[in-house]
This record gives sequence, structure tokens and C-alpha cells, in this order.
Amino acid sequence: MESEFVSVVNIVDSIRAGKTTASAVLEQHLARIDKRETEIHAFNHIMSESARANAASIDADLKAGKERGPLAGVPIALKDNMCTRGVPTTCSSKILEGWKPPYDATVVTRLQQAGAVIVGKTNLDEFAMGSSTENSAFGTTRNPLDTSRVPGGSSGGSAAAVAAGFAAASLGSDTGGSIRQPAALCGVVGVKPTYGMVSRQGLVAFASSLDQIGPFTHTVADAALMMEVIGGHDPLDSTSLDQPMASLTAVLGQGVKGMRIGRLADMPDGCEPEVLARLDAAFVALQAAGATIVDIALPSLSYCLTAYYLVAPAEASSNLARYDGVRYGLRVESADLISMYGATRAAGFGAEVKRRIMLGTYALSAGYYDAYYGKALKVRRLIANDFAVAYQSCDVILTPTSPTVAFPIGEKTSDPLTMYLCDIFTIPTNLAGHAAMSVPFGTGAHSMPVGVQILAPALGEPTMFRVAAELERAS
Amino acid sequence: MSPSSDAKTTPKITAQVVAKVAHLARLDLTEAELALMTTQLTGMLDHFGDIDKLDLSAVTPMAQPFPIKNVYREDVVVPGLDRQEVLDNAPAPQDGRFRVPPSNGSES
Repeated sequence: MESEFVSVVNIVDSIRAGKTTASAVLEQHLARIDKRETEIHAFNHIMSESARANAASIDADLKAGKERGPLAGVPIALKDNMCTRGVPTTCSSKILEGWKPPYDATVVTRLQQAGAVIVGKTNLDEFAMGSSTENSAFGTTRNPLDTSRVPGGSSGGSAAAVAAGFAAASLGSDTGGSIRQPAALCGVVGVKPTYGMVSRQGLVAFASSLDQIGPFTHTVADAALMMEVIGGHDPLDSTSLDQPMASLTAVLGQGVKGMRIGRLADMPDGCEPEVLARLDAAFVALQAAGATIVDIALPSLSYCLTAYYLVAPAEASSNLARYDGVRYGLRVESADLISMYGATRAAGFGAEVKRRIMLGTYALSAGYYDAYYGKALKVRRLIANDFAVAYQSCDVILTPTSPTVAFPIGEKTSDPLTMYLCDIFTIPTNLAGHAAMSVPFGTGAHSMPVGVQILAPALGEPTMFRVAAELERAS
Repeated sequence: MSPSSDAKTTPKITAQVVAKVAHLARLDLTEAELALMTTQLTGMLDHFGDIDKLDLSAVTPMAQPFPIKNVYREDVVVPGLDRQEVLDNAPAPQDGRFRVPPSNGSES
């Protein structure tokens, strides 16, 4: 990128060494926002004023010799489905337009305590439902590397913000690939941590048994640092894992010698040849670094799409019942309560959200529950079992993150099922609750970036980050 | 929950079923939306019929990645959300409460 200060680690070191200031770093990022945001639309809300005040306070503290944390002065963007006290949080939905949360998400508090400077709230597919950020009520985000193409989704704004240098890092949420796929399509690093490793408190719920927050960064080391700041037990999230966050920055130099890397013996159809070529190159690089390649099978892989697109909408239909025009957000006035609910929700939700609420309500309704939701939960068990068998013979599994590079805006919007197929490689991780990340590894068709996905078992982050660091060295 | 666990995932979905589901979901859909939704849901549910091929009779459902247990905190008073800050977000707050229209609609 155009600035030597673009990586989080570089920014932190440079500010600490007195070579620059938090305010100067912030101004560089705000200048890039000024220049390209109109074209890219990464943000729903830019927080220049509070960011400037925050950066100035950090500079004053550092000058006075006060410690301000491991991310002191780093400009960071947040997906607009994470609660920020007093700052609009919309989920890119008209139904939450104008809502100002009365509390901060745990990840926001942790970033602030670490000295991060929040620069804005990024665009997403409404309620994180989509794979292209075309489902936002506030307009499409464009891929900074080719503005005729999508940035991926649903965390497309967060991926684009990092790729365009609007922020040094950002947070997204990943329910079925919503961090990893946009990371791959925008050429940045994206991490979906083990379920429960990062607190979901203050993340607006989409599908509670699948959602996880994770970072977007330029480098693997930056992602490791971000994970160490946001990860770890939170008493405010009942599904938070009750154990300390593993050190990830410490393992990055350990290499992959002796590691067993799983390769899918049967690759699903539909992958671009250039994407598969980059995956092959990644295997070659890891082998050259001393790892062994092991063929593995995930026999239930092709059924994951069905399981996911029943489980996620079912949970969403329940989670989104709270948008009823009573306590916050939009209300369409009506003569009685039931018609107020129906009119409010009809006016407030976009087409994809309505579709998923309908699908989920149907899958959970009397007479269809066993045929749909119940079966989907059993298929979820099958893929978890497949992984358990696979991880007896390998330490991590490598796949493409996305079957294709970033596609043109509008290409997949008319057929929801085609869009859902973007998630084939990413959803199994969420169903199992495991860890995964996408690392940029060269380019494919149209010179657009290709991401390689590293899948690891639950709590396999240290191993996963060692592989990621090796791929980064080789790319 | 009447059907047995071997129920097939390929029933024909009708506009009437879609309208009923929309009502359950408290979504006022237009006629055009109902028609489109019927077509799209039919297409998706046809695709989702792929799992009918699987013998799932001996498989335990998995609703969560890891076992869930109740989590308790110490029973001590801690500050809650600021009442005014919460009410400021409501479309129609009144006297410290949420005002809603009458609930005597024609619910079925």
C-alpha cells in the first residue's frame, strides 16, 4: 500500500518510537477516506471528530509517559452490527436507522482499552445476510481493487476499509464465511475464531450458534495481535469459552516443519481453475517448508449448504423477532398492535432479510420442524464428525476460501441460491464451531486476489496462525 | 410437530402456506412479494431436498458447537442501562414507558 505505516504492528512501533503520532496516522487514514470513500462506500458512519479527539488524547498520554495499550493509536473500523454507545448502529437496515446503543460491545471496550482509535462503522449486507454487501439498505460497497466488482460479504465494508487503507484493521462478524470470503475477495487477512473465543456481547445477533467476531488486517502478525486484544473469556457472553486467550504473536516464527496439511481428495465443482492453481501452489509452498500433505475426505461437505441455509435462517427468524417497533428503531403506526408489527417489519426489512425470516419461520413451523430444522441439525453433526475423523490424520486443512475471485456487481443478485453457493468452503467451519482464516495468496482471473483458507479444529488457532505465517512468507 | 423424523423435505409449497408463514413471522407481504417468495422458497426447498438421501436415523442433532450450560453470576446489584438513554431510542416513549397501539386486533 501507499504508506509505510499501513500495518498495525508498524503503526504501533512507529508511534512508540516517536517517529510519528496517533494524530498523524489518523490524518493519513482520513485523507484516504476523503479521497476514495464516495466511490467505495465502505462506511455507514465515519467518526472523524471522536477519532481526532481520541488520537489527541493518546498522543498526550504517550508524551506524558503513560502506557496506552498494545494498539495505541491504531485506526480501526467496526462492522456496523457491533454496538457502540451513543453512536448509530444500523446493521445496514432501515429498521435500526437512527438507533444509538446504550452500551458498547465487549470487543469495542477491549479495543478502546488497548488504545485503538475507532474511525467508523462499516457497511454490511443487512443483518449480515449476504455474500456481496449488495443487500445493504444504504447502498452497495465496491471492491477497492476493482470498483466494478463486489468486495464480498457480509462484512464487505470492513474488508474494503482495510484494503483501501481507510483503517489499519477492522472487525467483522462471520456466520457462514462473512469475514473470510470478503477478506479473500479484497486481498486481506481475515480470521473466524473458534466459537466462543471472542465475546458476542453487543454483536447484533444473526444466528447465535454460528456467529463469531474476528479481525481483518493486512498481515498475519496484525491479525494475531488483534486476536490477542479482542479474544478471551467474557462473563457477559454465556457461550464465551472459559479459558485464557492463547498467545498467537509468539508462534508466528515457528514454521510448519513436521506439520500435516489436509487436502480434500474430492474438490467440489464450480471452482475457477486459477483459484485451484493458487491452492496447489500453497500446498507446494508448505511442503517446501517441511510439512506433509495428507489427502482427507469430508463426505458430508456437499450437504453443508442445506444444513446452513436451514439452521441460520431458523435462528435468524427467532433473533429478528425483536424488531417489532416497540423499543427501538422504526415504527409504522397502525390501529392495533399486530398490524403495527406487520407493517413495521414489512417497511423496515429488505428483500433478503424477509426471505430468510420466511425460510426460517417455515423450517421451524409445526409440521415442518422435523423435516427441515431437525434434519439440518443432524447434518450439522455429520460434518462435525467428518472433521473429527479428518483431524486424526492432519493438523489443518487447506481449501480455497471462495470458489471464485470477486464477481461483478449485480451478477448474482437475481438468484439467491447462486449467491448462497459462494459459501461452500466457509460454512462447514461455522457449523462445527471451529477456527478458520483466509490468507491472500496471489491473484487469479482478472488479476483479482485469491484467498487460501486454513481450517483448524476448535482452539487450533496457534497451529492455524503458524501455517498462515508460512503462507504469507511464501506469497 | 406431527410428522415423523423420516418426513421428506420436499412438500409442494403453496401461496397459501407462504401467506400463513408471513403472518406467523409478522411480515405484511404484498401480493407480488408473496408470489416471488413462493417461487424462490420452492426453488430453495427443492435444492434442500438433497439431504433426504442421507440416513439420519442414528444421528444425534447438534444445535450448538459445544455443550451449553447455564452461567450464573453472583447475586449482587450491578448498575443497569441508563433508563433515559434506553427510552430515547423508542419510537413512542411516554411517562417512562413504551407506548404501543391497542392489542385488541383480530389475531387468529
